[in-house]
Amino acid sequence: MSKFKKKPKSEPGISTASLPDIVFMLLFFFMVTTVLREQEILVEQKIPSATQLQKLQKKTLISYIFIGKPKNTSLFGVEPRVQANDALLEPSGIRQWVNQERDMLPEADRGLITISIKADRDVKMGPISDVQYELREADARRVLYAAIGKVVKD
Amino acid sequence: MGARKKNRPSQEVNAGSMADIAFLLLIFFLVTTTIASDKGILNILPPKLDPNVPPPDIKVNERNIFTILINANDQLLVEGEYADTEGLDMKVKEFILNFGNPTDEEAVQLFNTLPPSLKALSRRLPESSDDPGEAVVSIKTNRGTSYETYLEVFDLVKKAYFDIYAARVNLDTDEYRALTGKDDAEVSLQDRGKEGIPMAISIAEPDKLGGN
Repeated sequence: MSKFKKKPKSEPGISTASLPDIVFMLLFFFMVTTVLREQEILVEQKIPSATQLQKLQKKTLISYIFIGKPKNTSLFGVEPRVQANDALLEPSGIRQWVNQERDMLPEADRGLITISIKADRDVKMGPISDVQYELREADARRVLYAAIGKVVKD
Repeated sequence: MGARKKNRPSQEVNAGSMADIAFLLLIFFLVTTTIASDKGILNILPPKLDPNVPPPDIKVNERNIFTILINANDQLLVEGEYADTEGLDMKVKEFILNFGNPTDEEAVQLFNTLPPSLKALSRRLPESSDDPGEAVVSIKTNRGTSYETYLEVFDLVKKAYFDIYAARVNLDTDEYRALTGKDDAEVSLQDRGKEGIPMAISIAEPDKLGGN
């Protein structure tokens, strides 16, 4: 009588044949977005937090400078030091470093070089202002104080 | 001699473990990934001084400078009074929008274009800034001041300016800050926010006491 016949049940279970595809997709995503640390950071980095963060449009314009207490205190002492690229610098070497970084940029962008100061939150203003003085001398006046977002309690 | 061709049936490579291998790689990249964060607070340093040219002798009335001093113990002196970081952004906003003595036409016009929420902040105090074009916020630290406190204060002053800019273009402060100027519409929004109210934050050279 009834038109509704029980259909023969198809095999149960979800096909996992597309699982590798999905995983590969994720894999490629992470492979592409991953930036492998090209430099070892020799100073302590506890980035301070702030609320008014801005993002720069062009990442290629940014050069990083790290300031903090050396991790290897027996070798470098306990006073905050400045690191650029792979090595610790004296503040007087910053000018030369900035010029090197600037030379790597295309000519039109050289005036827009931005130095991201990644300073440890325990550093005092003394070393920071020495670095800023050198940056002024090197005419790299755009400075980005690296910070992480802070949750504001209202 | 001993090598014989085996008569195998054509066999396919078992692809069942492919997913496992891919998972392994995936987990490796998941763990090693640090999504680079290029966020921070932008500051433009003043140009270097030319030793042959004496620094320009600019006369700025004391009332047009909002001074924030931070000592080596991270204590704040705001406009000569011992203060806390609490509510500092509000004080800065009131200082910028004081309109105590708008001298020229432009300042008066600027005041008329402000939204009511910002007009309400104008107290027209004679001892505070004349108009936003003249107002300067000065932060002076000591060599012993901690970077964290300095950044906190700098952050609050920036917040005061961004709050004003955002209110002028009817945006949230976060939305205004997220503008990167990647197209004309964003640039015009940014410009409308800033117009007539320059972000004048002066970072004074720290003094030597108590530092290293």
